[in-house]
Amino acid sequence: MATESTGQTVSTCVVDGSAVGMPQLCFDWWPNQIFWLTVTLVVIFFFLSRVALPRIAAVLAERQGSITNDLAAAEDLKAKAIEAEEAYNKALATARAEAQKIIAQAKADIQADLDDAVAKADAEIAAKLAESETSIAAIREGAKDSVKEVAKDTAKELVAAMGGSADARTITSAITAKMKG
Amino acid sequence: MATEAKGEAGGLVFHPMDQFIVSPLFGDGPVGLFTITNVTLWMALTIIAVIALMVLGTSGRSTIPGRMQSIGELAYGFVYKMVEDVAGKDAVGFFPYIMTLFMFIVFANFLGLIPGSFTTTSHFAVTVVLALLVFITVTVVGFVKNGAAFLGLFWVSSAPLPLRPILAIIEVISYFVRPVSHSIRLAGNLMAGHAVIKVFAGFAAIAAVSPLAILGVTAMYGLEVLVSFIQAYVFTILTCVYLKDALHPSH
Repeated sequence: MATESTGQTVSTCVVDGSAVGMPQLCFDWWPNQIFWLTVTLVVIFFFLSRVALPRIAAVLAERQGSITNDLAAAEDLKAKAIEAEEAYNKALATARAEAQKIIAQAKADIQADLDDAVAKADAEIAAKLAESETSIAAIREGAKDSVKEVAKDTAKELVAAMGGSADARTITSAITAKMKG
Repeated sequence: MATEAKGEAGGLVFHPMDQFIVSPLFGDGPVGLFTITNVTLWMALTIIAVIALMVLGTSGRSTIPGRMQSIGELAYGFVYKMVEDVAGKDAVGFFPYIMTLFMFIVFANFLGLIPGSFTTTSHFAVTVVLALLVFITVTVVGFVKNGAAFLGLFWVSSAPLPLRPILAIIEVISYFVRPVSHSIRLAGNLMAGHAVIKVFAGFAAIAAVSPLAILGVTAMYGLEVLVSFIQAYVFTILTCVYLKDALHPSH
């Protein structure tokens, strides 16, 4: 571990190719290590601060930006979707109301037609009824007359058969009186 | 970390510290200030690894990152969040500096785990410089930002008045011990782990215990993988803590 007297030999820290003590404490080697360390640190610092770190910072910022943008776009699209859904629901409700209205209209029309037809039919039926009644009355009147005629004739024949004679007027009045009774 | 144990006259000789020897890559001369050594090689590999990850890995600048870019962004986010959370928002200006420390230590540690490699961060020369850099930065920033008020760091105003001078002495001592513990923690952890692996590997020369020794090497290696990351993390987070003291010296 001699730290002085380097001389022309390789180092007093190495004997027969083996280290004497701790090579870390061989101060012959310190200047060399410190020099190369300084060079190394300066080179790494230069590359990192000039090239690598700004580049990575830019990439990270860009990524953050695009993520923020994408999120905003997604938010936008979501709002649009909600809007579209609302519009759809509104249209659906309108259509439903329209359909309801049309159904009511149709129902009213049908009812009106039905009422009309029923009224017409009623009127027709009433007319037919009246007609039938008159014809029945006429038939009944005709029948009465015929009965009177037949009764008159029968009565005349009966009177003649029984040997009597009666004028037509007496028989007729008698029959009329009978028929009234 | 090649197995170095050689049987000599039937006995076992361990050289667990040989892996830490600094030697010139070309030739056999003494190690001077500018000599290209194995330190140079492994530090260059560290630079290449850092650049490969952080510069080449992110060259696509894709919004949807690939594997390499993901890891680079992960490292960026990890250290950035640490600086922001621990040292405060106003310490973000020191982020490139702290990132440099973290990337260097983490890659040097992991490259040191490659069998046969040289672990630069296991040397006190390296960690002392790193720790002193932090210490000097923190001290200078503390005085520049707060002026004499930075000395309030040592004057615990919440303590009873008679205790304050004693606490001040303790605080000053602890402040100056920081770079020592900061550097020895990192180098010591790595050196110890690597040396223990080497000792286990030495035992593998005895046939009877070699399965156990190999098991030990495997287990230690797993532990060292953890230690490599944790020590880089600890070094970085302590830097953030010290920086916070400099920016906000009040207790």
